[in-house]
Amino acid sequence: MTILTLLGVSFIGALILAFVGDRKFAPEINIVCSFATFVASIVLALRVYHDGPFVAGREFFFIDAFSVYLVVLTAFVSMTTTIFSKPYMRREREHGRVGHWGMRFYHAMFQLFIFAMFLCLLTNNVGVLWIAMELATLATVLLVSLYKTPTAIEAAWKYFILCGVGIALALFGTVLLYFAAEKVLGEGGEALLWTNLSQVSGQLEPTVLRLAFVFLMVGYGTKVGLVPLHNWLPDAHSEGPTPISAVLSGLLLNIALYALVRCKVLVDGSLGTHLAGNIMMGFGLLSILVASFSMLRQKDIKRMFAYSSIEHMGIATFAFGLGGPIATFGALLHMLVHSLTKSSIFFTVGHASQMHDTQEMSKIRGLIRGNPLVGWGLMLGVMAIVGMPPFGVFTSEFLILTATMKDAPLMTPFLLLGLGVAFAALLRRVQPMVSGHIPSWQHPLKASHVPVILHMVLILVIGLYMPDFLSRWFHMAVELLK
Amino acid sequence: MTISLAAQINSVLAALILLTAFGLLVQRRIYGLLHLFAWQGLFLSISTAVVGFVAEKHHLYISSLLTLTLKVIVLPYILHVLIMRLKIHKEIETVVNVPTTMLIGIALVIFSYSLTSPIRDLSTHVTKSTIAVALATVLLGLLMMITRRHAVTQIIGFLSMENGLFFAATSATYGMPLVVELGVGLDILIAAFIFGIFFFHINTAFDTLDVEQMARLKEED
Repeated sequence: MTILTLLGVSFIGALILAFVGDRKFAPEINIVCSFATFVASIVLALRVYHDGPFVAGREFFFIDAFSVYLVVLTAFVSMTTTIFSKPYMRREREHGRVGHWGMRFYHAMFQLFIFAMFLCLLTNNVGVLWIAMELATLATVLLVSLYKTPTAIEAAWKYFILCGVGIALALFGTVLLYFAAEKVLGEGGEALLWTNLSQVSGQLEPTVLRLAFVFLMVGYGTKVGLVPLHNWLPDAHSEGPTPISAVLSGLLLNIALYALVRCKVLVDGSLGTHLAGNIMMGFGLLSILVASFSMLRQKDIKRMFAYSSIEHMGIATFAFGLGGPIATFGALLHMLVHSLTKSSIFFTVGHASQMHDTQEMSKIRGLIRGNPLVGWGLMLGVMAIVGMPPFGVFTSEFLILTATMKDAPLMTPFLLLGLGVAFAALLRRVQPMVSGHIPSWQHPLKASHVPVILHMVLILVIGLYMPDFLSRWFHMAVELLK
Repeated sequence: MTISLAAQINSVLAALILLTAFGLLVQRRIYGLLHLFAWQGLFLSISTAVVGFVAEKHHLYISSLLTLTLKVIVLPYILHVLIMRLKIHKEIETVVNVPTTMLIGIALVIFSYSLTSPIRDLSTHVTKSTIAVALATVLLGLLMMITRRHAVTQIIGFLSMENGLFFAATSATYGMPLVVELGVGLDILIAAFIFGIFFFHINTAFDTLDVEQMARLKEED
């Protein structure tokens, strides 16, 4: 029932907003829908917390600690994003960047995107997971090109083509997985269910699984934004509207990583080797290094933070690849805190670029004097994302580093190098933006501070003290991912 | 119809699908591409029906019908309308390095055969010899998207990749579960509307559908 509420509210919300998305009350509908899904996600999480994982709807849905924590995160971040997007999109509309149809489209596609992500997380079927992932891509493609400027269209086209190709390869991997599963489980829909696959994982044909994983890795890895498959990501993040950058970075990358981790657990579980984990570690480390050095040379503020997302997804992928209880715990925590921190950064970045009418970092100055909450929000957000204590990212990166030193000591210097370069690159750019005098071209802005404050408080709480239920929850997920 | 005869018919159809994939790789006329793509869909649809008949898997008939409506009628029609509206039906694209592209294509086919050999050894299906062709079609579609610079051509390459995936599903596993095939079909349909909108956007923003023009987003030094 709660599952149907989650999916139904976002889907019906998308339908309604397709007709009334340009009205004055449309942002409120958007907020109410997201709030309702958030409440439903909490109910679902409590049920998993008390009763453990369960299947529903004739085995069509499968919910365990791993997926439900991402459901809550998705619902929460999408809710705060709708609150942020209300004043942001109103201003974009006043400045003529989006019209009537654009607003309808924006609101409807936003909810459809949320629907697709929930479907990814809740489904028990590997094939449906693929379909929902493709749907999430398609829903966001036209949002990236919402402003219809040549660069926005270029970015969206690149996103469409690269992710289309990537995800097509993931489908081939899914076909191979089905081929291996069908031998053991027989034909029909049952052979593609996670619950059935994990039961028979020891009997699946290893050569086919290995091949399948390579395709799945390339396919879903493109969506995670792992180097060298990351080319679409900085463009799509920098050219789309900021609320979309926030959900792309904070949520969609997580969902793709979720799919990848599920495949990895299945493949490594049945092969009895560490092949999938090693591949993920390689991709992860490469992403950390390339992304952190790329951050050094960015001029566009959203582009820089897009590279930072690649870096952090690299860290999480690396940690999942490393395996072991501490690294997996760290990776789960990292997905959570990165998502909260990065979306909060994108909120402040959106306000900052609206105050200066540009995304060029050299023209953004004097934020703290201009608007203390935006300025401090950005400063603290960046301190958090580079891994300074006492914020949550510090905790997760510390756990991952400890596990790396223990299990793969040779990787530690590379990991530290990446983190160090990212630290330098971000602080060097952000410090002049927040400090100094107010430039003449800056104008005041009515910003929505609630989402940023909410996110920052959460990251701080997680960094200082891990609530009991959260750590128990993560331990449940770690057990599943062994 | 005996099994061996059906397997032979299926092999012929696989060869035809591969042939059209190579044709797509070097066809310069937009309209020619559209026709080749429709033919490829038709071969795929017949092949799916033949496999469904031999293996007595009735859901494959639905899949075959889906391919027929989607890949032979609806998508070519949408593309036809778009090409007419955008007035690009006479456009001829310059294709560079045809011999090299062909050679790479042949290498991809050989690569597909070697890559799928473990699957062929394991499979008990009558269609097992065509899995390599399916993978080759996917990779040739990918190659087409890399080498060609026209937006419509890239989309046809993308759809040809999808054809390869459907073919792979039929030959490796007698088709994916029905819910998955229908979902994939729905996604393709949504994608068709999206690239339709895109063609107009690209055309207004750049005055051409040549994606070579899109080179503004680069890493700055």
